[in-house]
Amino acid sequence: MHYDLRLEISYSYDSPASNGRHLLRLMPLALPGEQTLLDGALTISPRPDERHDRRDFFGNPTTEIVFRQPVKDLVLSLRARVRRMALAPSLDLSPDLDRLARDLASIDALGPDAPHHFRAASPRVALSPKMTAYARDQLAPGMTALQIVTRIGRALHRDMRFEAGATDVNTPPLAAFTARRGVCQDYSHIMIACLRGVGIPAGYVSGFLRTIPPDGQPRLEGADAMHAWVRAWCGPDNGWVQYDPTNDLLVGADHIVTALGRDYADVAPVRGVLRTAGGQDSEQKVDVLPLQPN
Amino acid sequence: MTEKREEKTRGAGLDDQRRATGTQGIGAQGTGAQGIGAQPTGAKAPGAQATGAQATAAERQMAQRLADMLAGYEARPGIADELRGPDGEMRPVWQQFMCNLARQSPEAISDAFGRGDKYLRDAGVFFRHYSEDASTERDWPLSHVPVLIDADEWAGIEAGLAQRADLLERVMADLYGPGDLVKSGQLPAALVAQNPEWLHPLVGITPPGGHFLHFLAFEIGRSPDGTWFVLGDRTQAPSGAGFALENRVATSRVFSDFYPRARVERLAPFFRTFRDALSDLRLGHDSRIGILTPGQHNDTYFEHIYIARYLGIPLLEGEDLTVEDGQAMIRTVDGPRPISVLWRRLDGHMADPLELDEGSRLGTPGLIGALRSGQLTLVNALGSGVLESRAMLAFLPAIARSLLGEPLRLPNIATWWCGAEAERAYVSAHTDQMMIGPALSTTLPFEIDATTVLGGRFRGTARPSIDAWIKAEGAQLVGQEAVTLSTTPAWVDGGLQPRPMTVRVFAARTAQGWRIMPGGYARIGRTEDATALAMQRGGSVADVWIVGDSPVAAPPPATSAPQRSRSGALPSRAADNLFWLGRYVERAEATIRLVRAYQLRLAETGSPDDALPAWLRAQAETIGLDLSQPVPEALNGLLSAAITCASKVRDRFSVDGWRALQDLADSARRMRRSAGAGDDAAQALGVLLRKITGFSGLVHENMYRSSGWRFLTLGRSLERAEQMAAYLAWLTAPDAPEGCLGIAVEIGDSVMTHQRRYRGSSNPVTVLDLLALDDRNPRSILFQLDDIRDQTDRLPGALRNGQRSDLSRAVLRLHTDLAICTPAELDPDRLHALRGGLGNLSSLLHAAYLS
Repeated sequence: MHYDLRLEISYSYDSPASNGRHLLRLMPLALPGEQTLLDGALTISPRPDERHDRRDFFGNPTTEIVFRQPVKDLVLSLRARVRRMALAPSLDLSPDLDRLARDLASIDALGPDAPHHFRAASPRVALSPKMTAYARDQLAPGMTALQIVTRIGRALHRDMRFEAGATDVNTPPLAAFTARRGVCQDYSHIMIACLRGVGIPAGYVSGFLRTIPPDGQPRLEGADAMHAWVRAWCGPDNGWVQYDPTNDLLVGADHIVTALGRDYADVAPVRGVLRTAGGQDSEQKVDVLPLQPN
Repeated sequence: MTEKREEKTRGAGLDDQRRATGTQGIGAQGTGAQGIGAQPTGAKAPGAQATGAQATAAERQMAQRLADMLAGYEARPGIADELRGPDGEMRPVWQQFMCNLARQSPEAISDAFGRGDKYLRDAGVFFRHYSEDASTERDWPLSHVPVLIDADEWAGIEAGLAQRADLLERVMADLYGPGDLVKSGQLPAALVAQNPEWLHPLVGITPPGGHFLHFLAFEIGRSPDGTWFVLGDRTQAPSGAGFALENRVATSRVFSDFYPRARVERLAPFFRTFRDALSDLRLGHDSRIGILTPGQHNDTYFEHIYIARYLGIPLLEGEDLTVEDGQAMIRTVDGPRPISVLWRRLDGHMADPLELDEGSRLGTPGLIGALRSGQLTLVNALGSGVLESRAMLAFLPAIARSLLGEPLRLPNIATWWCGAEAERAYVSAHTDQMMIGPALSTTLPFEIDATTVLGGRFRGTARPSIDAWIKAEGAQLVGQEAVTLSTTPAWVDGGLQPRPMTVRVFAARTAQGWRIMPGGYARIGRTEDATALAMQRGGSVADVWIVGDSPVAAPPPATSAPQRSRSGALPSRAADNLFWLGRYVERAEATIRLVRAYQLRLAETGSPDDALPAWLRAQAETIGLDLSQPVPEALNGLLSAAITCASKVRDRFSVDGWRALQDLADSARRMRRSAGAGDDAAQALGVLLRKITGFSGLVHENMYRSSGWRFLTLGRSLERAEQMAAYLAWLTAPDAPEGCLGIAVEIGDSVMTHQRRYRGSSNPVTVLDLLALDDRNPRSILFQLDDIRDQTDRLPGALRNGQRSDLSRAVLRLHTDLAICTPAELDPDRLHALRGGLGNLSSLLHAAYLS
């Protein structure tokens, strides 16, 4: 599947912001066997005083921009062409939780894909007895890791209500879980906390959904902005499996991956520090157009 | 696997030994031996190799005194003691010291101890005590008797710690580089990846000089068999070196007669060497060094100030720094200035909100960018906190053999990670001899919290069972041998008592390799319970003396020229705080003067409802000042604000100035509670005025005319001019009641001059002439504008290529406008406009220098 992807994020500050420094993670990832970045450009207006393009620890393309002078309006535009080959796993080769723990302990690796990074609490995802208990309630004896991932994802999709505005970007997962409502970021953080709580390494994925659904299928939630979902480590054979709890499905070719991390803090599309006295407005426009019918 | 088994064997060995010492503890056997030990020790006065028969009377008397003093000193059986060796005899290193102490009367000893305490109080040394809802500054808990260690024994410790420092450097380089220790299974991946101190954005960044670690501390203790061992490594931003210095100064005052001939290794050379080493790390000789502090709310902030002053290195906060094109810069009043070495006292994850803890307000956005570009050395590198976790101690002994090819010269506390099956089983089987706690905790073994198991029991909330806990959360837990620490003499209730102790030792990387500070900082337990070592739990601290055989050489006089000028450009944040300190103190003074004038009127008439007092109250209300309070609360607010500013620049502020300011605020708080209306309040306010003048005197008479002083004095002048303009606008207004002009003259502290010059007749013109336009009256607006003009002309960039700065032009314009004014033209509108002009100067100053 080929996609043409367009994203525009614009900010406007009431009182011009000075000394702005931002970290952008907007460019889709190249993932061997899953996703190819055929072409891509990120333009920033006004032109920043400094721009550094690099990859972060998890391999995500990262752009750091600096404005020394006050900036009143800031526009980030992304154009990219992506080939997406990933398929949802069709075979469950994953172990049960006890085996998974042993498999995990036998992996002597610290690389970006090593599951050890995704097992404990991370900056935005504290583990909580409440969410762990909820996750345990979904388990049945002998379930495989992949079954658990699907089961917990499905349960969350059933018990949570998608509601824009019920939470904000800084709402802790436990608060959203207690209220049983939120958006894709909340769904993903809660699912990560649940999975880690029962011993399955889990991380956060940010990216895009195709905006026009295939014929006869409903439009997915979260297609009008950047989206987020979950990846879980299901043992050495299945490896990392992606699951979208907001839409209750195993991720395949409709999702385009931008960044991987432990939680939102690692992959935030725009992370920034600036001093401004007044408020700010921001707007996000997304278009994800399939180029060939699949 | 072999290595791990060896480790277990060692654990078991200690375990056997413990059982052996336990046996010794049963019955009176041990105590008896100690009791006997005291006698022969006492009989051995220094140099007294002679038998009792040949000893002189003086020697016999000395011996008796020593025996008396130590009679009550009974070390607990089965543990090592610093004063007495394994044979119960006093260790030779203590003999001269103890004789010297025994020679003095209890009163003299108590006086001497008082000298040390007084020094610490005068120097402003305190520590911050945290309770549930508050943190308070408490007196520094000095245990006056130092810990004495023989230089030969110390040499062994030095060699062991230097080896350990090398090992830690190798581990650090691997954890942020190739990661071979994990790949080869020598370190479990989970302990690194899940360690919150392992900062993944730093992976792959090698510091400019190639070294990650430059300044370390180790907590060491002596085990029952007399050997030393390491309880923990402090690799992130070790504190305490400054405290060690302060302890030394205080202790050398306590023993002022004895110390100079005591053959104690001096500390100063260590610090000099470290400072030179920091200087050598600079990239380019015009770039700077700084100490990066989290600021005044940190519990060791005092030490940061102290060490910054001692080494002559500026103390910086995250806000002082900015990064341009990968170069870290200090934001100064003279523009950005490059800096290439930061001695970091800030925890790693707080250092850069852009790439690390996004909520940190203490860090500098982009700092990691400077590290990535190789233009900045942090001492120590970010992420070095990963080495501090308790679990690391379980693996270091084996890693030493594999990386260094030799065993650790100083063992560390036996530690077992419960994430591995065999270790978990061992810990479960020996819970009664273990401390079991979080594997990734960086606190020291004796800093026990509620989640710790000690001696087979939970310290806090009970859990169902220790076994179940270890089984469920094994990977998050370590067991550590419940160690017994040695005891050392502490002065308790007029006599010497043995108390448990550990010593913090510091190591600095120099061109010649690791250098260990000869001495350190001992923690002394409040009780015999070793868990009461921490200061937060009532423990105290003592100096550590390394005593050699030969006299200590006096430090050589400095031969080289001073390496860097102290007059480096002033950081903008410091300038801002000094400027506002000046403003707040002056605003407080103006407030006091107005309130006093009001209270004096009340004292005269006794009636608050008369026209003048009522009018004054109404006017004061418009600026948020409640004159019905004899000492208004607003005044306390101003003084608190002044103290807040001063506390952010304490490294630039004399101890006397700081104390004067605190005394002022304390007095104002007391008077707020006690002073009654009228004469009583007027008297109290008079006292406050004299105190505030005392503070201003310190600033004016004693403060070096640095640019810091310039901003402080500019704040004061601008505020004084503004206040006077405001007061005059009220008090000379046509509708102001009778008596207002007198109040203006009184507030302007110009009663006598006015009397003399105008012979008693006062009208708006005479008052305005004296208080606004007289350039010889230090209370007048024009006088202050003269001063503002002189000071702003000396600010950096006031005149560039013959062109005046915006600020300089605005000052000139305002000054000229006022100077050509006649008193009659100065109506309230004009005064208000003048006030606006002064406010504009403040804004321009801010934009140009302070932000």
